[in-house]
Amino acid sequence: MSTPALVTAGSAAPDHVPVTPRNLPNRGGPANPSAERIRLRFSAAHVRTEVVWGETTVYIQPASALEVVRYLHDDDAEQYDYLADVTAVEYRDLELPVQVVWHLRSIPYRRFLRLKAELARTAPLRVPSVWPVFKGADWLERECYDMFGILFEGHPDLRRILMWEQYQEGYPLRKDFPLRGRFSRSEQLRQALAAQPETRYSMHELSIADAFEDLPAEMRQRLARGQRPGE
Amino acid sequence: MSKRTVEVTLATSGLDAEGRPQRSPLVVNEGGRVTTLEPMPALEPELEGEHMLINIGPQHPATHGVLRLVLELDGETVVRCIPHVGYLHCGFEKIGEYRQYNQIIPWTDREDYLNSPGNNVAFSIGAERLFGVEVPPRCTVLRVIALELSRIMSHLVWLGTTCIDIGAFTPFLWSFQERERIYTLFEQWIGARLTTTLTRVGGMGADIPDGWMDGLRDFIRTLPKTIAEVDRMVTRHGIWVGRTIGIGALNAEEALNYGLSGPMLRASGVDYDVRKDFPYCDYETYDFEVPVGTTGDVYDRFLVRMEEMRQSVRILEQAVERLPDGPVNVDDARLILPPKSKATSEMESMIHHFKQVMEGPRPPVGETYVAVESPKGEKGYYFVSDGTPKPVRWRIRPPSFVNLSAIPKMAEGHLLSDVIAINASIDIVMGEIDR
Amino acid sequence: MVNIVPPSQEGWITTRLDLLVNWARANSLWPMPFGTACCAIEFMASAASKFDLARFGMERMSFSPRQADVLICAGRVPFKLAPVLRRIWQQMPQPKWSISMGACASSGGMFDNYAVVQGIDTIIPVDVYVPGCPPRPEGLLYGILMLQEKVKRERLSDNRLRDEMEPDPSSKLYIPPPVIDELSEPFGNSVHQTRSGL
Repeated sequence: MSTPALVTAGSAAPDHVPVTPRNLPNRGGPANPSAERIRLRFSAAHVRTEVVWGETTVYIQPASALEVVRYLHDDDAEQYDYLADVTAVEYRDLELPVQVVWHLRSIPYRRFLRLKAELARTAPLRVPSVWPVFKGADWLERECYDMFGILFEGHPDLRRILMWEQYQEGYPLRKDFPLRGRFSRSEQLRQALAAQPETRYSMHELSIADAFEDLPAEMRQRLARGQRPGE
Repeated sequence: MSKRTVEVTLATSGLDAEGRPQRSPLVVNEGGRVTTLEPMPALEPELEGEHMLINIGPQHPATHGVLRLVLELDGETVVRCIPHVGYLHCGFEKIGEYRQYNQIIPWTDREDYLNSPGNNVAFSIGAERLFGVEVPPRCTVLRVIALELSRIMSHLVWLGTTCIDIGAFTPFLWSFQERERIYTLFEQWIGARLTTTLTRVGGMGADIPDGWMDGLRDFIRTLPKTIAEVDRMVTRHGIWVGRTIGIGALNAEEALNYGLSGPMLRASGVDYDVRKDFPYCDYETYDFEVPVGTTGDVYDRFLVRMEEMRQSVRILEQAVERLPDGPVNVDDARLILPPKSKATSEMESMIHHFKQVMEGPRPPVGETYVAVESPKGEKGYYFVSDGTPKPVRWRIRPPSFVNLSAIPKMAEGHLLSDVIAINASIDIVMGEIDR
Repeated sequence: MVNIVPPSQEGWITTRLDLLVNWARANSLWPMPFGTACCAIEFMASAASKFDLARFGMERMSFSPRQADVLICAGRVPFKLAPVLRRIWQQMPQPKWSISMGACASSGGMFDNYAVVQGIDTIIPVDVYVPGCPPRPEGLLYGILMLQEKVKRERLSDNRLRDEMEPDPSSKLYIPPPVIDELSEPFGNSVHQTRSGL
């Protein structure tokens, strides 16, 4: 029994033979054709297109991120069916906006596209979640929230993932966060040890645990106050 | 481009309603004859009871590190699986913002520590694109050798630990014997067993020593024997087949939507391999095949990884044949340190040495995302430079982080013991997941 | 065999008993591998056939702390893992020892940042530190031999030996915070240099 692969890379563009890229220019060069189509279709959302080291970056308005990603995923001429990464960039110059970055791949066309949205620092950092289109965005967006404090609206379960829920020092990858943390080492260790390992259950895990009465009193109080017990 | 499908004729005695192979354990009789058992009829739940919460990890031998899984069980069936990660979060990306490009390479060793040379190469390819340099051909071929050796290294650990999880101890010892041989090769090459720091931006840390190729030839001649031995022992074993076929299956569409990559994605029937589709290191010029599964269950992932090791041996054979003479480093005084003798005797070399060590090379303003096919999947490094010697952002795209995020989808509805098999089949490495 | 010179207050029987008990303990240390990162891979290599940890009475890996004698902390320990490590140490019954394997477990190693505990000796007591990043299996074996030497020198008459360390109830720390800060940041103001910017 031998069945063919269910999805074949390059099936939409069989003539394109991928090769190792060489001698890429720093700026310029051929842009990904999807960029132009995004500009025409989402003229209000499109900000600018850049080609850096052979990779096309499309800057869009943050509010329309989900719309653009949905179009890229669903349209037959685009077929960006693979979300490689969701992350953010904060520059050392704190005047510059924080950028949210999506790396998308079209496996049938063998294309790569980077979407960027610039979030002004004047308002809370918010951007729509692309989770309704890509389930893989779940953890990537949670990590981005954990490390940068960017709120992904529409994400089903946006809570910290790498740091624990009661982590008080802030968002580690922000540039105003010192490399060694805000607190002294002894204070960091004291806070870490003060957290009972039992408290690291999420709310819906606790809802099915019949050991609620056995939890530490401090934790039951926090639960009663409606506080989330954390990661 | 040639691709092929791994045949999973074994023990697929029929398809269930969803078109997936039915789980039907094989039994080997005393005469060596293989017979198929009828699948057990599903038991009707007779007892009504409360759901139970089980916590696995973070310190558990079957979680391959410090993963923590919280399982809600109905009897022995998993109703809900909630993974918790972050117990090994060490702030790699933050540290990267405080280090020069060459100084970051030791951290890439320790991030996916089963695949250190592969990470070194991936980082260097990315940084070189950011600096706009092209490495000489000898360096490219050496990097292919390092990438494929480290793929074998990583798959060997996966093989050993997966076999332990499912109940076979011996393949662990065999695979670690082979791994020791790769350790020896890397130790001869660069001086370290596990954390190699093999590459530099613009070249390699060292050229291979004299006679090294003989050791490599010896290794690639004998490795297939070990793989065949494990194959004979495990692939058609009744317990193995019974515990892996039909477990944790994901179809192609789900696998793509969850962003899976590497053997996980290919086992589900998507033949996406970064080496073929977005090549680097001249992979398009090597003749190798990408194994693709059909059902995306634990068994297919096992077959795909076993076949990948054989294909890596094929690539290594070709790389050994084509290794050209010449330099391994780019001829660029900005990036590559001058020889010590020159740095202490020539004014210009000394200045280059001083500038590189004290200040570090400066890439132009720009950004790049470079992905390689790591043993776990698409490993990407995303660099953003503002023209200073240290990156503004060094992002690791962790394949096993994304692969692991699909475990609730895969585990729910299976038995508790199957969760261990599913977890083993993802081939997670916590250093990469938590970074 | 360690040459034991009995102090004057101890009798012949207790010292001979010491010798026997310590000989048995030192050669059947059941390790509890607390493997987190790269060092765990080298630990696996030590346990595999080439280096064969079983030669030193460590045949049985005890993944449950309740049946373990030696905690081998192999790999870096982030703050999120600190309460877990403390809990596992407290679950181990006496007599118990611990080996800190690798630079990260011993001192934080190259991870001098917001996430990693700067040495597990701020969380649990440590008997043997094995340097290396990661240590070679030979290094770990040497550390285990050193631990065996240490075990062989223990005295039954020393009643402080098996005392469980009680952390400070308010801060949950064994050692005073200034000592932790000093252990974690031995070069003092280098922290402030980093905190001031890049």
